[in-house]
Amino acid sequence: MININEVIETNKMIAEMNLDVRTITLGISLLDCTATTLEEVKANIYNKITTTAKDLVKTGKEIEKEYGIPIVNKRISITPIALVGGPVCKTPHDFVEIAQVLDEAAKKVGVNFIGGYSALVNKGMTPADRMLIESIPEALATTERVCSSVNVGSTKTGINMDAVRLIGEKIKETAELTKENDSLGCAKLVVFTNAPDDNPFMAGAFHGVTEADKIINVGVSGPGVVKRALEQVRGESFEVLCETIKKTAFKVTRVGQLVAKEASRRLDIPFGIIDLSLAPTPAIGDSVGEILEEIGLEYAGAPGTTAALALLNDQVKKGGVMASSYVGGLSGAFIPVSEDQRMIDAVEAGALSLEKLEAMTCVCSVGLDMIAIPGKTSASTIAGIIADEMALGMVNQKTTAVRLIPAIGKDVGDTVEFGGLLGYAPIMPVNQFSCEAFVNRGGNIPAPIHSFKN
Amino acid sequence: MKKTIITVVGKDSVGIIAKVCTYLANNSINILDISQTIVNGYFNMMMIVDTNESAKTVSDVSNELGQIGEEIGVLIQAQNEDIFNMMHRI
Repeated sequence: MININEVIETNKMIAEMNLDVRTITLGISLLDCTATTLEEVKANIYNKITTTAKDLVKTGKEIEKEYGIPIVNKRISITPIALVGGPVCKTPHDFVEIAQVLDEAAKKVGVNFIGGYSALVNKGMTPADRMLIESIPEALATTERVCSSVNVGSTKTGINMDAVRLIGEKIKETAELTKENDSLGCAKLVVFTNAPDDNPFMAGAFHGVTEADKIINVGVSGPGVVKRALEQVRGESFEVLCETIKKTAFKVTRVGQLVAKEASRRLDIPFGIIDLSLAPTPAIGDSVGEILEEIGLEYAGAPGTTAALALLNDQVKKGGVMASSYVGGLSGAFIPVSEDQRMIDAVEAGALSLEKLEAMTCVCSVGLDMIAIPGKTSASTIAGIIADEMALGMVNQKTTAVRLIPAIGKDVGDTVEFGGLLGYAPIMPVNQFSCEAFVNRGGNIPAPIHSFKN
Repeated sequence: MKKTIITVVGKDSVGIIAKVCTYLANNSINILDISQTIVNGYFNMMMIVDTNESAKTVSDVSNELGQIGEEIGVLIQAQNEDIFNMMHRI
């Protein structure tokens, strides 16, 4: 039988260390929403989402209450819209109309984000893919809850540099169109290589075509719990450090597994995966940067940071994998700048640069995440940063992503303020030298040699 | 048997257990085990209860006990025991 110390430990994690389930994300396939006219497709999409997800928020709240564990977000991921809207959308604006329907559906069912305004163009772009990418700035500027992503590369196909160049321009346009809100639109746009089909985390979530009709994916969190556990083993060896992270990750993930299974049972929708991620928030004590400091670094970004992050990421996976029956999504530590107070502090102290962040993304999930850069940064430089990050993912056979915010009208020394879970971010300096001739070559970077495994 | 864990955390005072037990009795909730300890000067009590005979859901019990807790200045929670089993048992 459970004893009082175990109960106290769990409740302390929740009350004092910000243990929570970060998101229950309901994946919905929209492949059966195709029809012959745009109006019909829009109606089908609205109906499918609002019917399938009608009890999602309510069920999430019930589970939260019954188990006493906060479930911060309830969200929806959908089939990439370029596939769904392709047959009926004749202009980029037609796609924007679908984005607006998604926004309405999200508001109707009460989720705070809906992800999947996406195109998968890692090898080539269909006319529909191109139109969707063209429509992203307007779609993100005229909707509130829609999140967009574009997969521009993979280990098996290489990198679609035409798409990289195009998306560089679209990120700039999105920033312009949302400049009144510190270019917030860009916080809802992720560029991927090796994008997972079952990622529950925004802004990059979409419901891949390999998935079932509907599925429940859950993202766990808990940087604060890991940090507090590590406080108890200061000065101990790497063995002790790693064991402590593993045990803590196991406990955190078990809560996610419970919530996922329970949500699946109550909604009568199959359980997909748990995403084992350490997802920070701007709250004090909910920071990955703080864990890195506890491991022994003065600030995130100091020499040793990449090794510390590699170790952290690996132990989180080792502990988490045993705690859950199915693991997927991004699974690793997130290192966003704006959403993590100690990462912000590290940037402001001059300890953490864009180049160091790039190195860190080689050993953890996601990539250059929520990084504000000067608004004057050119589209080709943004494309160059994306290409670098995509190459890391392609060669290392892992997911990498870029979510950059070129803050229009702002420069190094200023900050952008998004509020809520997105936090604020200091503008980081970007290398001033040009990559325009490289980016403008056109075509694809071929797949690396080690992708030929057949 | 569906078991629920009730926890009370706060400054110790006269009648806390009595108030909680009265509520449980009135709602046909059977107490299976009680333990208590002091952590950092705070009174911590845990009860394992059986809610099978009760008409109330765990969420109702949690809300209503939470209110009683507010009245007497302690934090009272009721949680489905599975969250603890999942975390601490393989």
